[in-house]
Amino acid sequence: MSAVLTDGRTAQRRPRYRLRRNLKEAAAVALAVLLIVWTLTPIYNMVMVSLDSHGDVFTNDIWPAHPSLDSFWIVLSQGYWYLQYFWHQFGNSLYIGAATTFLTLLIGSLASFSIGRMRLKNGWLVSNAALLTYVIPASFLAIPFYSIMIKYGLANNLWAVIFAEITFATPYAIFIFQQYAVSIPIELDEAARIDGASPLQVYLRIYLPLMAPALVAVGTYALLLAWNEYLYQFMLLSSVRSMTVPVVLAQFLNSDEAPWNYMMATAIIYSIPPVAIYYAFRRRMTAGLTMGGVKG
Amino acid sequence: MSSTTFEAARALSAPSLSLSRRRLWRGGLQGSEFTWAIAFVVPYAAVFLAFVVYPVAYGLWLGHAPSLYTELFSDPLYLRTVVNTAIYLGIGVNLKMFGALLLSGFFMRRSWWTKGLLLIYVLPWAVPALPTFISIHWMLNGQWGLINNTLWDLFHIDGPGWLETSRWLALGSVIASHIWKWMPFWTVILLAGRMSIPQELYDAAAVDGATGLKRFTYVTFPLLANLYLICTLLSTIFTLGDFNSVYFVSGGGPALSTHVLATLGIRDAFQVARPDLGVATVMSALPLMIPLVIILMRKLRTTEVQL
Repeated sequence: MSAVLTDGRTAQRRPRYRLRRNLKEAAAVALAVLLIVWTLTPIYNMVMVSLDSHGDVFTNDIWPAHPSLDSFWIVLSQGYWYLQYFWHQFGNSLYIGAATTFLTLLIGSLASFSIGRMRLKNGWLVSNAALLTYVIPASFLAIPFYSIMIKYGLANNLWAVIFAEITFATPYAIFIFQQYAVSIPIELDEAARIDGASPLQVYLRIYLPLMAPALVAVGTYALLLAWNEYLYQFMLLSSVRSMTVPVVLAQFLNSDEAPWNYMMATAIIYSIPPVAIYYAFRRRMTAGLTMGGVKG
Repeated sequence: MSSTTFEAARALSAPSLSLSRRRLWRGGLQGSEFTWAIAFVVPYAAVFLAFVVYPVAYGLWLGHAPSLYTELFSDPLYLRTVVNTAIYLGIGVNLKMFGALLLSGFFMRRSWWTKGLLLIYVLPWAVPALPTFISIHWMLNGQWGLINNTLWDLFHIDGPGWLETSRWLALGSVIASHIWKWMPFWTVILLAGRMSIPQELYDAAAVDGATGLKRFTYVTFPLLANLYLICTLLSTIFTLGDFNSVYFVSGGGPALSTHVLATLGIRDAFQVARPDLGVATVMSALPLMIPLVIILMRKLRTTEVQL
């Protein structure tokens, strides 16, 4: 009797359950569509302006009337006077990115090895200094930093920017390396030491190879930081030959009659490397960003 | 696990840990080992002294005169900037973090298309800030921006000049741009936090009858609360120092009405050529910064959350 009753009830309930599930699914799809529109609109706008063949954005269209890839060709062949040194400036950006990545990894891993593995006395002072730098916003330090760079004789020099990026990337590197190194058994270092390895050999042969995942995560972070940064590059680089791509882009913005399709094409070309790197190292980076998760 | 239990666990494991460490570098570092250890730390110490300590000291010296602050506080532009900064932080950070919290739950869904959607959704974070903010700047143009063109084509509405006419519209646009850029980042962080909550907890809670909203309030949120707090504090500091969103989307306009402290400081220093006033503008955020930094440094040191 009771079995029949429950059967009857579930039979009644099933359509309602299905309805609710479908409603949930529909809501999820609606949210997804909303998210896609929200995320892609500014990027769509970039692509749309760059495909416009006239360069005047004073149209009322939401799709260019005569789409063409001309503006990309103009940028790549440096065919406009603003973009005369495009490849040189792109090279500057690459140089800054590469130098920042390499030096951040080197300085960060050396410091974290000394503090974390060799247990340098008062090493906590260094890691606290790094942590403090990590939480100071870079833009707050910009004004004195500029004056200091002039005093160091590094004004309008790519190395001024590289030092600035290192200053703000290394604290994160030390932070991540120290936490990651906890998972590497100290016994490995001991064994190497007993076999007569010097601290430098332990660092090169044991520490660095085992830290590879953290090195990739931090390296990607440093590269993207240098690539994305604008304020310090704008302040510290003033001549056409030392400028980087973001500085040129911002110059476009300030001049009134600049052809905006060229500018957006430049912006898209400049955005491709970091997006590619990001998607290539996405898993590693996210792992680096969230190691430890909610253990706290 | 609260931070206190974590501390206790660490205290328990400390003796054995330090013992093994002591075995290796017995009685502290000796002779050449100590030299090596110092040599390894020197590069970072040099960077820190030359590019953090010196600029900070120089900045403090530049902005030490009390007269600068009386000048600032009698300037209506500065006072309006402080209000803007408060709105930017109060609304921007909280909307962003709460949205990230909700969306991280959405991305926990196990349907086939959610993963693909996440790849699209993180795009604003991967694309360099400057090009996208310039794009948003044009998109919001009153006469020929994409937004107003779309409004006209779809509904025959004449959209407002988002950045040219009203302070509140412009400030709202800047906040929306900031959220557009940074919400994906924090969503990914909180998503990773949610994923590290063991499934057994949910199973156990389900047996006890916690489903739906209760599942969130009694299981997910208590476990995420600490991470959420740290993220919010960190995001507050980062947003306080956010220069690009304001500078490229509204440029501080219309009529200098949407500046925040970070952009006003740079303007004072480089356009008005008053670096001391610029430093003072930025330093007036210290009463907010210092407590945030102290809380954050404690939290970041004692918990294993990483960003």
